[in-house]
Amino acid sequence: MSKKILAVASAGGHWQQLQRIRHAFDGENVFFLTTLQGLPDDFGALPAAIIPDCSQSTPRAAVRCFAAVCRIVLRERPDVVVTTGALPGLIALVAGRLVGAKGVWIDSVANADCLSTSGRLARHVAHLRLSQWEHVAREAQVEYAGSIL
Amino acid sequence: MIFATVGTQLPFPRLIDALDAIAPRLGEPVIAQVGASLTGHWANLDARRTLAPQEFSALFGEARVVVSHAGIGSILSARRFGKPLILFPRRAALGEHRNDHQMATVRHVKGLRGVHVAFEQGELERLLLAAGLESAGEDSAPSPAHQALIERLHSFIQDLR
Repeated sequence: MSKKILAVASAGGHWQQLQRIRHAFDGENVFFLTTLQGLPDDFGALPAAIIPDCSQSTPRAAVRCFAAVCRIVLRERPDVVVTTGALPGLIALVAGRLVGAKGVWIDSVANADCLSTSGRLARHVAHLRLSQWEHVAREAQVEYAGSIL
Repeated sequence: MIFATVGTQLPFPRLIDALDAIAPRLGEPVIAQVGASLTGHWANLDARRTLAPQEFSALFGEARVVVSHAGIGSILSARRFGKPLILFPRRAALGEHRNDHQMATVRHVKGLRGVHVAFEQGELERLLLAAGLESAGEDSAPSPAHQALIERLHSFIQDLR
């Protein structure tokens, strides 16, 4: 039986990295979440929904984002939440836990010196955490399995 | 046409001002996505604050060369559209980002085909005036590291009960 995957990324580089790994979801039932209208259509990544963007410096937007993601998670009931970041992806991992979903955090390849703040926090909610740099993975005690580059 | 982009999150006036200074000597139009929070007037640029995804893709596809902050999205777009890309990294010391991860990015991606790096206006101008700047692209998609990442994720998902 195919699994339900919620694939989440902020607009920009995070989203493009998510698109580079989507073949890992072949044969499964995927629902995409991002933060910019028009992006899922541009990449043929459907079905999809748009959620509010947020960052560490916009706590109110983070609350709105969490509420929006919770509504979608309750409706879609994912088995796995996979994200390439940033904060909206971490929020989706938290929301996924509420319905028992497993969580995968893939730290952005932009973090070539150290793991992102959200990536460190994802320790509490993700079942698999990956850095795309071997030296960062070793330092942060997460797994390295390759990179989208 | 030269297309310049600073991403969706933060303004990057140092890059936009440099392009405005260089533009009269290029002999081709410069269209710049400057970010929602940057206000100003650049006499030599066609400045757009934000772009919808389809407009962004259209401009990227039409450009001869793309100039960008050192974001991963720009590198992947340059590959997607097969364009020469000049990265101009943000500096934390100049208040251009929260940390220096863009400097780390350019250190690590320097060898990638068609990805060029400029740290200041003079270097940027030399690259923009250079003939036959190499385009970004991949030898074979996906690379071994890319394939390995996809396989790891695929097996994680398959192994779930």
